[in-house]
Amino acid sequence: MTTEILMPALSPTMEEGTLAKWLVKEGDTVSAGDILAEIETDKATMEFEAVDEGTIEKILVSEGSEGIKVNSPIAILIDDGEKITETKINNAPKEQKAFAENKKLHPKVELLSTEPTPEPEWTDTTKIGQKTVREALRDAMAEELRRDEKVFLMGEEVAEYQGAYKVSQGLLEEFGSKRIIDTPITEHGFAGIATGASFAGLRPIVEFMTFNFAMQAIDQIVNSAAKTLYMSGGQMGAPIVFRGPNGAAARVGAQHSQDYTSWYAHIPGLKVVAPYSASDAKGLLKSAIRDNNPVIFLENEILYGRSFDVPEIEDYIVPFGKARVWRKGADVTIISFGIGMQYALKAAEELTAEGIEAEVIDLRTIRPIDYETIIQSVSKTNRCITVEEGFPVASIGNHLSAYIMEHAFDYLDAPVINCTGKDVPMPYAANLEKLALVTTEQVVNAAKKVCYR
Amino acid sequence: MTSRKGSKKSNVNTEELLSYYKDMLLIRRFEEKAGQLYGMGLIGGFCHLYIGQEAVVVGLEASAEAGDKRITSYRDHGHMLACGMDPNGVMAELTGRAGGYSKGKGGSMHMFSKEKNFYGGHGIVGAQVPLGAGLAFADKYLENDRVTFTYFGDGAANQGQVYETFNMASLWKLPVIFVIENNQYAMGTSQLRSTSTPDIYTRGAGFDIPGEAVDGMDVLSVKEAGDKAVKHCRAGKGPYILEIKTYRYRGHSMSDPAKYRTREEVQKMREERDAIENIRSILLTGKHASEDDLKSIDKEIKKIVNESAEFAKASPEPELEELYTDIYA
Repeated sequence: MTTEILMPALSPTMEEGTLAKWLVKEGDTVSAGDILAEIETDKATMEFEAVDEGTIEKILVSEGSEGIKVNSPIAILIDDGEKITETKINNAPKEQKAFAENKKLHPKVELLSTEPTPEPEWTDTTKIGQKTVREALRDAMAEELRRDEKVFLMGEEVAEYQGAYKVSQGLLEEFGSKRIIDTPITEHGFAGIATGASFAGLRPIVEFMTFNFAMQAIDQIVNSAAKTLYMSGGQMGAPIVFRGPNGAAARVGAQHSQDYTSWYAHIPGLKVVAPYSASDAKGLLKSAIRDNNPVIFLENEILYGRSFDVPEIEDYIVPFGKARVWRKGADVTIISFGIGMQYALKAAEELTAEGIEAEVIDLRTIRPIDYETIIQSVSKTNRCITVEEGFPVASIGNHLSAYIMEHAFDYLDAPVINCTGKDVPMPYAANLEKLALVTTEQVVNAAKKVCYR
Repeated sequence: MTSRKGSKKSNVNTEELLSYYKDMLLIRRFEEKAGQLYGMGLIGGFCHLYIGQEAVVVGLEASAEAGDKRITSYRDHGHMLACGMDPNGVMAELTGRAGGYSKGKGGSMHMFSKEKNFYGGHGIVGAQVPLGAGLAFADKYLENDRVTFTYFGDGAANQGQVYETFNMASLWKLPVIFVIENNQYAMGTSQLRSTSTPDIYTRGAGFDIPGEAVDGMDVLSVKEAGDKAVKHCRAGKGPYILEIKTYRYRGHSMSDPAKYRTREEVQKMREERDAIENIRSILLTGKHASEDDLKSIDKEIKKIVNESAEFAKASPEPELEELYTDIYA
């Protein structure tokens, strides 16, 4: 029997990878558990083992090939004793087929072809390069670590492991273990230690492996970091950045898939940032590290591997409190932030077919919020919907709706609709997970509804 | 790891003894005055008095050098006075006035002085422990050769974040002295009912942090233990634990009905072990000072405290604009 060996998925969000090295060659006999190859993802290099015994008949993908899609055939295995032939390829085993089905169900939006409205700093002569969000974040930290000796990075697996999501890759090598510090798994403790260090004038960057784990530390973030400036009558505060992936990743269930934006946005004394694109991730993280206040910097695992245009501007900074208009439109305003932007932009594209031109606003920072841009846009379009991944009750959209009602009531031709994740803990099953998240369809329908279409 | 009894040490000079007496007396009289003002409705909210525990901060401040840092819980008035903060500013903060250390916006539990390296004044039990280790982290990072006194109570000693901090402080050899002020009651729960092992100072052993129990009713014992701990930290050997056995005469806060202990227990402590009486008798029997000398000190302290109360009453309430200042730097 002939079996295709398929490119494996090595993490919940992996879509493709590099075949770094074959450890077997054609004609080799292998047993289950033998290491066949080294596969490199954007996060890690991992060994890939055989699950069946047999002989490697053919290697289909050569060493060093990049961008090999998950579930595409990389080699052919035949049963021992069977003649090596050139044909007879069976279908993929059932399990792998089922997995492929699941991947299809998994909520993903294609990369957009539409270009955002250029940022004011990007002139015609600005050189633009492509960078992933992950690289942009790393570059921002590296630049600030170079600029200011008082900046250091602390968190679980940030140093020797190079970051659980590979965001801090290469930083230990450049800055050493004094400034890139692996911590034990004690969020409450190290968030407090970093906050104390910031009282004394250092500028810590605390990486939470995910913001789900920051719940262990929320007392130090809210009661110590956010309130000390006020409680001390301005004598001392906490210039600190708490950063890490926030919100749902993929198929990791209820305890690892929550959007905390509205939790932190509730607290005076904190600044809250949720970038979508790589250039914003870079420019906003640099601003966050320079800010004299505690900044909650909400990243997203799904976005880490996405590439965006990043201007090659030295010391590229994006200020807080300035929304980015990704798309101009006269019919409806769609406001979002972070990963919500992918649904907002995709919906805007689909709405064009319906003859609806949406204006898409990326808040970028939720504390402070750029109310001016929101009100200007709503005054023009007279319709507004909000998009976010978090739970519906006390969502950011609820707040925006109330603000718009108070300040632009006479401009509204329809009630504001909040598109959010559903009011349920995140389920594991692929179909239910898809249903639990906010969807492009939800956004499209809401936009049509406020346009009475 | 040794336990000391109240000592009559002879290698202390008159000047030192007098300064301990003055500093402890200032705290006691200040706290008595705060209690009065609370009764008059001039101080609101929670107010946790330090009466009985004065020898702890006064002894340890005598071991501190310029630039050393300190951080504590909400029972913080004594720590502020002992590190040299202005009684007027402290009392005015208690009354919520513009002349207070936090412009009236912090209150009894939340006061700070950058100038005196006093980092609060924290209202959440145990939260100051990692914060204190963080201050020490900064000193080590900046190679300042300073130490941080991180005070917490026997109640906070049961918080999980304390042990997370012990682990990292030992791992990273942070110059922090963990001062456990064991006044035997976590609010109304006696240590016997809240704490599985009575000797809290031994809890550092699992993290390789040395610790010792100290008689907190004897300022000289506290000073001696403080010197040893400071020396250990400054030598780069990492953290040190001092469990200082002390006693608070007053309730947990002003609204404490004190049903969890007998009046006799408190009375016995006051009569037999009072730290101020102890040093007073050393001063007199050792002929370091006369009754008249001490009387004039008492008078001087009374004047400082009365002035602070007058200042705190006269200082205006904060301007209404202050509501919206100091939220962001």
